[in-house]
Amino acid sequence: MSRAYIEFRNVFFRYSEDQPWVLKDVSFRIFSDQWVAIIGHNGSGKSTIAKLINGLLTPEKGEIIVDGLPVNEDTIWEIRRKVGMVFQNPDNQFVGTTVRDDVAFGLENRGVERREMIRRIDESLKAVAMADYRLQEPHRLSGGQKQRVAIAGVLAISPQVIILDEATAMLDPKGRKEIMDTVNELRTQERISLVTITHDLNEITQADQVIVMNQGEVYLEATPREVFLEETLLQTIGLDVPFVAKLANELNKDGNIISKQPLNQEELLEELWTYHSIK
Amino acid sequence: MDISFNQVSYTYQPNTPFEHHALKDLSFTIPSGSFVAVVGHTGSGKSTLIQHLNGLLRPTAGKVQIGDYHLMANKKVTSIKSLRKHVGVVFQYPEHQLFEETIKKDIAFGPRNFNTPQAEIEKRIPEVMAAVNLPLAILERPPFDLSGGQMRRVAIAGVLAMDPSVLVLDEPTAGLDPKGQQQIMDMFYQLHQEKKLTTILVTHSMEDALRYADHMIILDHGSKYMEGRPVDIFKEKEKLQAVQLDLPEIIHFLRRIEERFGISIPYRKQTMAELATEIKTKLKGVSKHE
Amino acid sequence: MNNGILIGQYVPSDSFIHRLDPRTKIMTIFFFVIFVFFANSTLSYAWLTLFALTVTFATKIRFIFILKGLTPVWFLIVFTFLLHLFVTKEGTVLIEAFALKIYSGAIIQGVAISFRFFLLILVTSLLTLTTTPIEITDAIESLLHPLKKIKFPVHELALMMSISLRFIPTLMQETEKISKAQASRGVDFRTGPLKDRIQAVVPLLVPLFVSAFKRAEELAMAMEARGYQGGEGRTKLRELKMETIDIISLITFAVVILVLFFLRT
Repeated sequence: MSRAYIEFRNVFFRYSEDQPWVLKDVSFRIFSDQWVAIIGHNGSGKSTIAKLINGLLTPEKGEIIVDGLPVNEDTIWEIRRKVGMVFQNPDNQFVGTTVRDDVAFGLENRGVERREMIRRIDESLKAVAMADYRLQEPHRLSGGQKQRVAIAGVLAISPQVIILDEATAMLDPKGRKEIMDTVNELRTQERISLVTITHDLNEITQADQVIVMNQGEVYLEATPREVFLEETLLQTIGLDVPFVAKLANELNKDGNIISKQPLNQEELLEELWTYHSIK
Repeated sequence: MDISFNQVSYTYQPNTPFEHHALKDLSFTIPSGSFVAVVGHTGSGKSTLIQHLNGLLRPTAGKVQIGDYHLMANKKVTSIKSLRKHVGVVFQYPEHQLFEETIKKDIAFGPRNFNTPQAEIEKRIPEVMAAVNLPLAILERPPFDLSGGQMRRVAIAGVLAMDPSVLVLDEPTAGLDPKGQQQIMDMFYQLHQEKKLTTILVTHSMEDALRYADHMIILDHGSKYMEGRPVDIFKEKEKLQAVQLDLPEIIHFLRRIEERFGISIPYRKQTMAELATEIKTKLKGVSKHE
Repeated sequence: MNNGILIGQYVPSDSFIHRLDPRTKIMTIFFFVIFVFFANSTLSYAWLTLFALTVTFATKIRFIFILKGLTPVWFLIVFTFLLHLFVTKEGTVLIEAFALKIYSGAIIQGVAISFRFFLLILVTSLLTLTTTPIEITDAIESLLHPLKKIKFPVHELALMMSISLRFIPTLMQETEKISKAQASRGVDFRTGPLKDRIQAVVPLLVPLFVSAFKRAEELAMAMEARGYQGGEGRTKLRELKMETIDIISLITFAVVILVLFFLRT
């Protein structure tokens, strides 16, 4: 039943004509109900993709389709209703003076009636486990909490896609974990497609599909398992695979010990168990 | 320079409704030349601690000693500036402190404030640019033209140009991509060894603490929770978990191998290849007995 | 930060003054400020003081706390008193020393004026002590609403105010961070000749501006992504509602003012 929800067709983008291309001939499809991770080093063009999807930037050449609509001046407001975005800096996207006001912002912009607004605020704050902080001011919240509020703000407008544009990059491990837990939770509860943009490969293990960006081009499109096999390739473009993948690749260097590329410690231990019992 | 904290407490806004005890009765010593990792959650007092190292804060109780400099509650330090000259601090997101018209001027800003002779500054600039791996050709360019990662290097060069003997690093790799993170940390480690610096690294990364530090201090709610060699600290998984700190992944994995297969592989900074070989031989060894 | 200075700072509490509609409070204070100038007898002053103290008491904020918070203003009040003491030349001469004459009228005048000043500051500070800045913003937006007819950008003004309020703590934290970073690079903000100290501000201001611009840019982008297209067709979560208690308060205040006019001489 899956269909292409977001499609890039030969997209080129640069900030001005005398500057180099940020994106060069980028084409890919993201299907509905999928979790797609876009990875790449800083400056690989991965964040530009997010901003192009909801019309915050416009491509110089090529076409972007979201839910059957070409992204252009006439459709951006409709598209922004379908596509929610969470940005990198927790402070610079918090508009309201309290948690509740911030979640309300997107609803107010869309003229949602007040009673409905309150219902949706409560619901979405509950979904990110921030209901107890309804009246808190932003400077009393941790980075992870602010980002969860940002996610609630997006959830409140019931989008079909949520894009997390390096939403964990500025957080401490605790905050990062909070966000990843929230994201995993959303995956099970809502029928929402997810696009996460990151340079931390530990965050992509649960994704359905991974798009690897390098210097403005799509470098690789694969599942996480396939991506983890490409350790040297990823290292040459400034990325690194998680510990488990590294060890598995090392174990496999002379002789196939690991038959299935593991995503986590459990899977690697299982593989080792098989190896251990056969020999 | 040897550093010691003797029953140091620090309270923000004492005797007000906003009173906050950021450090409580903290004592430890850091011998000159060591690499110390300070670990703890946001709000555990790490950033308050490092501000004592160059006199940005004075303890509200207790005594801090950095070489010959003493910081105490009721005594104003007369030589605070010369203390700051010896203790270089790389704050979080140091690129936010850049302000000069050119990279060269910004790097020279610190040493100039400390009245370093111009000739000496001129000599240091190419050295620090080489240390942070930036080309000399960009010296006359404005720092704001650079990418985020490069700006970070310029800011670090500005601290190194002060030629400090103590280097304090507050999460110096936050926000960088994996390659950038590793490069910056390796660079600090190399400097630490070459220049015999005393390095204090505030970090959330247990991996970095394990890889680089020879001593570790864990803070929790302003108090010292654990202290010791990283390898020893990471033996106490339960104690760390009690304050929601994780083990470095490699240590965690080795423990699980031990639980599952009953074979013990101690951590000794093995490379990934050495580790793989060790796992293979040991697993085979076990099966032979069966 | 927050060194006991309470002017402009909100102190949460569950008093009914806290819960009043901010418009009620703003209107009351507006008229109080005007009518204070009508007081001209000891009795009328006593009456207004009684009112001010009753309200202060009703806020449930400790009085000592409020007085302490007004510390920086005491200087102004004393200054006003001294000014009148030496300038006014009415009544009989009470003291004469070093070519200075202090008249009885001067003392009365000085006390009256500085006391009036004290009342003004006390009551206006009660507004900010019991009302969050965002409530004040909402109230201003609502009270200025009629100006929309003459194309006055009321919504934009209110949004600007609320975003500024939101970012004040953030920018304060940032200022502290940058000044600490520069102090660590040998900048001395506190001592040295004035010229040097003015120069010391540059390494603080440039990074602050750079970051403020960056924040503004990112915030604008985030707002756009969240569907902000100006005030047209927007609904509001924050709703101001006049309750019975507001009506009672306003009527009570009107009575207070009426009585004031009886007490005038």
